[in-house]
Amino acid sequence: MKITGLLLLFYLTSKTTALAVILNVGLQLEPPNLDPTSGAAAAIDEVVYGNIFEGLVRINKDGDVLPGLALFWEISTDGRSYVFHLAEGVKFHDGSNFDAEDVKFSFNRARAENSTNAKKYIFAPIVLIDILDPLTIMITLDHARPDFLFNIGLGDAVIVAPESASDNAFNPVGTGPFRFKKWVRGDRVELVKNDDYWGLEPRLEGAVFKFIPDPLSAYTAMMAGDIDTFPNYPAPENLFLFDRDARFDVVVGLTAGETILAINNKKTPFDNILVRKAIAHAINRKEIINGAMFGNAEPIGTHFAPSHPDYVDLTGLYPFDLGKARALMKEAGYENGFEATLKLPPPTYARRTGELISVELGRIGIKLKIENMEWAQWIDQVLRNRNFDLTVVSHVEPMDINIYANPNYYFGYDNADFQEIIAKIDESTDAAETSRLYKEAERKIAEDAVNGYLYQLGKFGVWKKEVKGMWTNYPIRSNDLRDVYIEGAN
Amino acid sequence: MAHYILKRLLSLVITLLVATIIIFLIIEVVPGDPAAYMMGLSGSSEAADALRIELGLDKGALERYFSWVGGMLSGDFGISYTYRVPVSQLIGERTLVSVPLTVYALILSTLIAVPVGVISASRRGSIVDTSLMGMAQVGVAIPNFWFAILMVLVFSTSLGWFSAVGFPGWDAGFWPCIKALTIPAVSLALPQAAILARVMRSSVLEVMQEDYIRTARAKGLSRRQALIRHGLRNAMIPVLTILGLQFSFLLAGGIIIESIFSLPGLGRLVFQSIAQRDLIVVKSIVTLLVLAVVLITFLVDLIYVLVDPRLREEGRG
Repeated sequence: MKITGLLLLFYLTSKTTALAVILNVGLQLEPPNLDPTSGAAAAIDEVVYGNIFEGLVRINKDGDVLPGLALFWEISTDGRSYVFHLAEGVKFHDGSNFDAEDVKFSFNRARAENSTNAKKYIFAPIVLIDILDPLTIMITLDHARPDFLFNIGLGDAVIVAPESASDNAFNPVGTGPFRFKKWVRGDRVELVKNDDYWGLEPRLEGAVFKFIPDPLSAYTAMMAGDIDTFPNYPAPENLFLFDRDARFDVVVGLTAGETILAINNKKTPFDNILVRKAIAHAINRKEIINGAMFGNAEPIGTHFAPSHPDYVDLTGLYPFDLGKARALMKEAGYENGFEATLKLPPPTYARRTGELISVELGRIGIKLKIENMEWAQWIDQVLRNRNFDLTVVSHVEPMDINIYANPNYYFGYDNADFQEIIAKIDESTDAAETSRLYKEAERKIAEDAVNGYLYQLGKFGVWKKEVKGMWTNYPIRSNDLRDVYIEGAN
Repeated sequence: MAHYILKRLLSLVITLLVATIIIFLIIEVVPGDPAAYMMGLSGSSEAADALRIELGLDKGALERYFSWVGGMLSGDFGISYTYRVPVSQLIGERTLVSVPLTVYALILSTLIAVPVGVISASRRGSIVDTSLMGMAQVGVAIPNFWFAILMVLVFSTSLGWFSAVGFPGWDAGFWPCIKALTIPAVSLALPQAAILARVMRSSVLEVMQEDYIRTARAKGLSRRQALIRHGLRNAMIPVLTILGLQFSFLLAGGIIIESIFSLPGLGRLVFQSIAQRDLIVVKSIVTLLVLAVVLITFLVDLIYVLVDPRLREEGRG
């Protein structure tokens, strides 16, 4: 009797199905803190980028660089100095005014000696920061850097205020269209509309980012209507269930994440290009994409995002061909194959892909022993100490082909020709030349079969049909909600 | 009595001290560096070094052990590496979910188990007994995460009575929180209730064979009166032991249920902290859980004394 009464009470208090103008956003990973200028977790940007914090420039859903806190800018002909003209009347969420001093503070903080900015290198080329007047600032670089504008559009380069910077980890204060309301750790972060926003007024009254690590719970939460939108749904195997359901839209897009079979180029026998080529021929991308991603991913042949205009399709360079692969193994002196280990980090895509890779390489005699590990272990063993043979991982940073120019990076590719290409890109001020160089770089690493290039990690958007304006792709990790609205709600 | 309690207290303190040493040593040898983890795939080693100094990870092991234990004694658990807020605050928030959930589940399981056990025992061999114990057998066998998912599919996805995930926080009011904890608590409670009911039944059956019950019956009490007036109190002792064990188990072991319902409880915090190498949080929570288990065992020991006067006599002697 008592239980029935209790159930009835709950039924009466259960929420109605009508959509409010508060958007419930589901995310798999909870950010460790809310300061995008400290630490590398993509989960931080997924909540705060474009919503709470803004940079001088803003990267939009297509990966384009748009005006942000700087309304326009001039670049000197030698490409070294940038004059940014800042928006007027901008206030931080705590009411303090935004001006050139804040820009100078933010950039100096990021490049300081004790800085914990994960992308400190963005600021390394800066030699001078001059405040011309409160709303004009000139930044001078050591030499021309065509990627500088894009880089200062990243979450690591957002503008913070000196008064609040030290507390941003738990009480973020930015200039964006939404302000921080509260964080129930382990459950959700709540944002409310910033009524004093300097730009276009956002259409939502607020947003709640709910953190749901378990894929099955993500499914039930969507189905129960607790969540309005899951911008990057964690389980591709369930997508068809939402596709069938008239209440939802399923939008499969791309991330900036190149999923690769990373190879330790410094270690025998992988230092032998014949072995790496054999591996490249033994990889069947179609089988992997179908098996690991349920068909929802785009094959890649090099370390570059297919959505980028400079992308070259090199998937045909070393096509799936077991005959060729075996011949190359024989030529390399490994006719009978060899044994190696495959260290896999925790994400589902890595584990599933790794299992398929071990089958595929087994066909040419490479017997893989799979070692599953946690991220912290993986970072320690693979990334820092380069104690590995093979691994599967997605490189989610945008435009990161330059990691191949670092001979100390974990896959140990040390090639002078390639390093020269990247050095030229760093200095090129001509767009056509830059594009040509990028294509050359893409081809170079593909030809050298540095790593096995598998697929671009997909972004699986699932949201209620009424939710409009969500990003299709993740050119950078962000769920910028400024243009999002709920149809019929306002 | 005082001697008994003092002895218990002393063993409690020693257990805790040994536990902190073991916990610290285990965490020292765990591979993986929190600073490197936070900097991710593209972070510079320079920034990681700066972070290591900021977190105080560059100091010697002995120094860190003493500052950790010393801090805990004065109520300062340190600052979480990843969340950058005091560990005590983190644990406090999570405890406000885990403890109510555990208590809720134990109340439900006791409310179900005690009557079921008594009824089964008093009608031993009847169809009621057989079917109740059959159900208990099923309850023991069903994994609680499977049952939880089933409950979500029925009550959240299909009927829409409850949210499938999440916890509103106590500032949202008492009832919304109780509501959010109901399905998780039921999922936790049923398997425990099944175990408890079986213990209760056998305990009652055993008690009913005792001489003092026969004496009571001989004095003219009915079976039921004898059970209620003299039997139950004695039958509760093994049940209390199990309840104490279940409390500790549920408090630390709620992680699967917490994950299914995305509840911000202690279990998930430990899990998350281990993965993120937020070692200071791991150390503190594990120590607190040890404290909780030790305290509960201590409390159960005290309750034995209250329930069973014979122990009081022994204590004096």
